[in-house]
Amino acid sequence: MSESKRTASEQADFKRELTEVVPHLRAFARGLCGRPDMADDLVQEALMKAWAAQERFEPGTSMRAWTFVILRNAYLTDMRRNRFRGEYDEGVAERILTAPAGQEEPVHLSDMHRALLTLPPERREALLLVGAGGFSYEEAANICGCAVGTIKSRVGRARSALNAMLESGDIPNRSLDDATAHRAILEELDNVAAGNGIAAAS
Amino acid sequence: MGHPKELLVTDGKSPDAASSGKAKKSNPNDPQWADGLRQLYDSVVDEPLPDSFKDLLSKLDGEAK
Repeated sequence: MSESKRTASEQADFKRELTEVVPHLRAFARGLCGRPDMADDLVQEALMKAWAAQERFEPGTSMRAWTFVILRNAYLTDMRRNRFRGEYDEGVAERILTAPAGQEEPVHLSDMHRALLTLPPERREALLLVGAGGFSYEEAANICGCAVGTIKSRVGRARSALNAMLESGDIPNRSLDDATAHRAILEELDNVAAGNGIAAAS
Repeated sequence: MGHPKELLVTDGKSPDAASSGKAKKSNPNDPQWADGLRQLYDSVVDEPLPDSFKDLLSKLDGEAK
């Protein structure tokens, strides 16, 4: 994809913006796959893909949204290859989650994260984008290649599920690699690949 | 890019309580987990960037030449 070669200054701008969003990509990836090391691998993969596809980035648009699509696709592709099968490590997650200084209720925070990881991936992703990443419903819908109403519904269901789990303290220890759990999200990946996502459209 | 306020609030609670930043000890219906969600995200955003990323980014530059 190099139909219109970027100038050196445009390339420098791209590089700078890409560098700026790396911490956000790491945060999103960690929320998606739960394990810091694998999350970082995903981000590296996404960064290389973003760099290779930089001609398709429209300057002035959101680098964060653009790279999130790439990261998300890398995650789903890896998921299809079962790279994440059985990889979730409770011990690692607990250590990470109790780490932040000044956190008044680390146990609750780690419970929250564990609960988050038990959500169906498409709901977890919607909640991460809107509730943690601060994207609007519209932006999240563009990133996921689905309708705004679908995102709203997923966020609502994710919130209800988290409320229920955290209220009862009953957080299921569900496997993250259930193929059927990923069906909806994988269908959307096809949707994005078919040109309905912002990355494919740009 | 505004953070949608309605997300942080459980029905009937004031938005201020939800978005004030510090999670308070409260009943389980409290939206503090919503705040925790952002804390989780922000805690990763605030981590120093590992050297592996700096290496990768500088390597990308090299490839462009």
